[in-house]
Amino acid sequence: MLVSLNWLKQYVNIDGIEPTELAEKITRSGIEVDAVIDRSQGMTNVVVGHVVSKEKHPDADKLNVCQVEVGEGDVRQIICGAPNVAAGQKVIVALPGARLPGGVKIKKAKMRGVESNGMICSLQELGVEGRTVPKAYADGIYVLPEDAVPGSDALELVGLRDIVLELGLTPNRSDALSMLGVAYEVAAILSEEVKLPEINYPTSAENAENYIKVSTEASDLNPLYAAKVIKNVKIAESPLWLQHHLMAAGIRPHNNVVDITNFILMEYGQPLHAFDYNSLKTNEIVVRLANEGEKIVTLDDQERTLNSHNLVITNGVEPVAVAGVMGGANSEVTSETTTVVIEAAYFDGFSVRRTSKELGLRSDSSARFEKGVDPNRVLLAAERAAQLLSELAGGEVLQGTVLVDELDKTPTRVVVSPDFVNARLGMKISLEDMLAILHRLQFDVEAANGLLIIDAPTRRQDIKIEEDIVEEIARLYGYDEIPMTLPEGNASVGGLTPYQEKRRVVRNVMEGAGLLQAVTYSLTSDELSQKFALKVEDTTKLLMPMSEERTTLRQSLIPHLIEAASYNVARKADSVALYEVGSVFLGKTEEELPYEEEHLAIVLTGKWIDNAWQGEKRPVDFYVAKGIVEALFEKLGLTDQVSFEKALVDGLHPGQTANVLLDGEKVGIIGGLHPSERKKVDLKETFVAELNLFAILNASTNALVYTPVPRFPEITRDIALELDRTKPAGEIESIIRKAGTKLLKQVKVFDVYEGEKMEAGKKSVAFTLTYFDPERTLTDEEVTSAHNKVLKALAEAGAEER
Amino acid sequence: MEQQLKQLEQEALAKIEAALNLKELNEVRVAYLGKKGPITDLLKGMGKLSPEERPKMGALVNKVREHVTEQLEAKVAELEEQAVLEQLEKESIDVTLPGRPVRVGNRHPLTRVVEEIEDLFISMGYEVAEGPEVEKDYYNFEALNLPKGHPARDMQDTFYITEETLLRTHTSPVQARTMLEKKGEPLRIICPGKVFRRDSDDATHSHQFMQIEGLVVGENIRMSDLKGTLDKMAKKMFGSDREIRLRPSFFPFTEPSVEMDISCFKCGGSGCNVCKQTGWIEILGAGMVHPNVLEMGGYDSKKYSGFAFGMGVERIAMLKYGVEDIRHFYTNDNRFISQFQRTEG
Repeated sequence: MLVSLNWLKQYVNIDGIEPTELAEKITRSGIEVDAVIDRSQGMTNVVVGHVVSKEKHPDADKLNVCQVEVGEGDVRQIICGAPNVAAGQKVIVALPGARLPGGVKIKKAKMRGVESNGMICSLQELGVEGRTVPKAYADGIYVLPEDAVPGSDALELVGLRDIVLELGLTPNRSDALSMLGVAYEVAAILSEEVKLPEINYPTSAENAENYIKVSTEASDLNPLYAAKVIKNVKIAESPLWLQHHLMAAGIRPHNNVVDITNFILMEYGQPLHAFDYNSLKTNEIVVRLANEGEKIVTLDDQERTLNSHNLVITNGVEPVAVAGVMGGANSEVTSETTTVVIEAAYFDGFSVRRTSKELGLRSDSSARFEKGVDPNRVLLAAERAAQLLSELAGGEVLQGTVLVDELDKTPTRVVVSPDFVNARLGMKISLEDMLAILHRLQFDVEAANGLLIIDAPTRRQDIKIEEDIVEEIARLYGYDEIPMTLPEGNASVGGLTPYQEKRRVVRNVMEGAGLLQAVTYSLTSDELSQKFALKVEDTTKLLMPMSEERTTLRQSLIPHLIEAASYNVARKADSVALYEVGSVFLGKTEEELPYEEEHLAIVLTGKWIDNAWQGEKRPVDFYVAKGIVEALFEKLGLTDQVSFEKALVDGLHPGQTANVLLDGEKVGIIGGLHPSERKKVDLKETFVAELNLFAILNASTNALVYTPVPRFPEITRDIALELDRTKPAGEIESIIRKAGTKLLKQVKVFDVYEGEKMEAGKKSVAFTLTYFDPERTLTDEEVTSAHNKVLKALAEAGAEER
Repeated sequence: MEQQLKQLEQEALAKIEAALNLKELNEVRVAYLGKKGPITDLLKGMGKLSPEERPKMGALVNKVREHVTEQLEAKVAELEEQAVLEQLEKESIDVTLPGRPVRVGNRHPLTRVVEEIEDLFISMGYEVAEGPEVEKDYYNFEALNLPKGHPARDMQDTFYITEETLLRTHTSPVQARTMLEKKGEPLRIICPGKVFRRDSDDATHSHQFMQIEGLVVGENIRMSDLKGTLDKMAKKMFGSDREIRLRPSFFPFTEPSVEMDISCFKCGGSGCNVCKQTGWIEILGAGMVHPNVLEMGGYDSKKYSGFAFGMGVERIAMLKYGVEDIRHFYTNDNRFISQFQRTEG
């Protein structure tokens, strides 16, 4: 909402307050002022000129040499390229030395050899938005009325000596979508009175009822429809002041009739529509729901197809307007119009909103109906229109208003106790202060039995409950006056849940291992949505995606992490190590929502060890990734419950992929990216892992109880075994663990060898076994006896000692 | 004999002096002091001396022996010290060369901000509540006083899955769910999470972003409690000399509703490019919980009241760290994330 202060001051006294100060006050008390716009933009030396003569430029087809009088006896030669410049016109002249918006400086100049002492201006050159400039002047200079005085200030004349406040309105304050609404707000802030327009006009002897009948077949959506008939209207340009008010409000002037309806739309916030009486043909207005598929060409020359829930205005035969949204071309006011019908109506907000959305047609009118107009201003606006058509278009207003009216216009009553107000705010505002504020707001208020009985004016549709009154009082009393306290009583013990705490541990472990935390998008492409997924289930897709890249919710975090790795490598990162904790979206729960499972994923690529000057460099490998996963399980106390098995996952290296099992259930994968996948994203050896954090962090672990630090020595024995190359060391380790008595405390691989010294297809794996008894020092015999059991079990399993 | 002894002493001392290493010294020891050495021989030859001369001579031999031993040990110590010095010299390194790299990862800046806020509120007795990213229309809108067709609810901004399910547009549905779970008990929660809006990604918009919201419900919760709480947060996040101000605003789920500004942390309020010359920076939206929302959450709005606030985590991070483009948070560039390694203050 653009509020011209020149216009506003017709309704409320704002003299003696700086626009910026006014803006600050408005902002602090409820309506945010987004910008304070000086329409003059610091322009100087812009005056009225009289084009005394116009001749063709000798050397340029499109230029004219004009002699322009810019003050008594002060005639200057100015070159003008505008197509509409003509002798005899009063025009806007920027004299040499003038500064125009956009840093333009006007100087004396020669154009194709002919001297020019200034510039004849269009409105756009004065910083007026092109879409608000009257069509007649949209492509050329602006022509002033004949009575303009040469040499006088042109900016004043075209309404640019004005300040405009741009309001950023929240949806509840639709009352401020009108100049009067803003005036009430400003009056409340400044403790001023509102001066309402006085409405009086002469009426003709004829009765409007004899010209038109009005009926509505949908009184729930249209409880009030009023029509006024004005005869002998002379279609012309509006007076300058009216045009300038509209332009300042961001509306393009058309002709006096249309401009008057727009003026009242802005003044009262009540949309009006003007029909050409003769084009209506039937002397009848019937409001009804459209027939399914019914068509209408709207004022913007678009053919619209209507649904059976769209409300339309008809002449009893065919639609002549889409109710509250836009008029029809078939009944448009034109330069031939002599009799107009002014529509002032109340349309249901929800219905207008739905229709305007379906038609993709938002107008100043629909924006106001959607939010609810003031029921008590509908008829007033019709009267105001009659007055202005009489005054400014020479119209003859017929007697009476033709209407159907079932609209409830009673104000909403709110009863609230001052104690409630103070309790909610944590303040001690006196009853007197509360009453004073409510009076400033022009709320009808009565204090009785310790209660405030308030009838809020109907323009304030947002005032419905006690809390609304709390807000009104607080915002005008000043939010700065609210003290600062902290909630009292029922103090609970805050904190993280065990799950949330463990999630922070996960982050710490990952970061301790040298990984950076990534955050990627939950939405992905259809193609990537199930790639690398631990579990593939039905996907969740958007109804109306914005792009193919973001159509579906992911079932694995790995694809986006790979993208991030690729992004970094493309920017010359020689190492990428990222982790992410985020949800994947699987199937559907009873609530009809996808099951959201929190996962952890990592991606590693490039160098893992890079100690340049000491010559130590090693790329990441599978075991780096696995080591990080193992460290996490160690930290979570789950090591003994975790195992790994060889696995196949689409997109991962078939020889370098493992399932991660927790108590035998799959909770994750670790693997190398398949060479063909790597090629697609231009990555070298890359390793990924994804774990189901939900399962892992919810796994219960025993309470932490300390084990005594060993007081007796540990005894170690080494075994080197010859195995088939494909035999997993993990299997051998399990055999050893199983066969080892309770004395066997630890089994550790300390060497793996394949090569010349081994037979083809064989490898050597060496283990260190640690024996220990917490109660005493073991004898050699006891260890040997235990160790022999292990050797026997290994021999039975075909694992031969080398 | 005495003459002989003196000569031996001189010889031994000269050889000790000349010895270059421990091995040569040992040779000297063996040669002069050993069982087969000349001094021992002299002692052995003392039997031939008269009883009067024997003790005199014995004392003399012992004196020489002691002197030589003393000198020998001194030389050993000297040589050993020299050997240590040589070794140290040999082992000395260039301490200005870089150390062996230790990989240190760190949290994403958004997590850093979220955890900082979580921890502040945990210290004030709040719990951290979380909820699903895909929500029922009911929890995202209706339970928050945004019935279907409400003007403040614009379908253009929401990613719908079906007519009844959507990607949550704020973390407020967590508040709605938590209120129902608490079954009328007072609560204090802070709700961080990912949210979604139908926006094209650019420097200031992201179709996915993070919010953190707070909700307190209890008997006699006042707007002054909200203001005091927000003041604590502003000071914690942006510095203890920050001031806050509240401006009236509108949200369907709160009444009264406010927006909170903080005094500009860059210029302190005198006006600069960060605060667009106003001295104030808009940080968050807040308000007293709308009675309809309390009732739908299972609370008697006559008995209970509450406040709620919510902010965009990216906005906080952008302001706090001076990040100019929201897309940085989602491209996961090493060079961006790794900047949020260090501690502050």
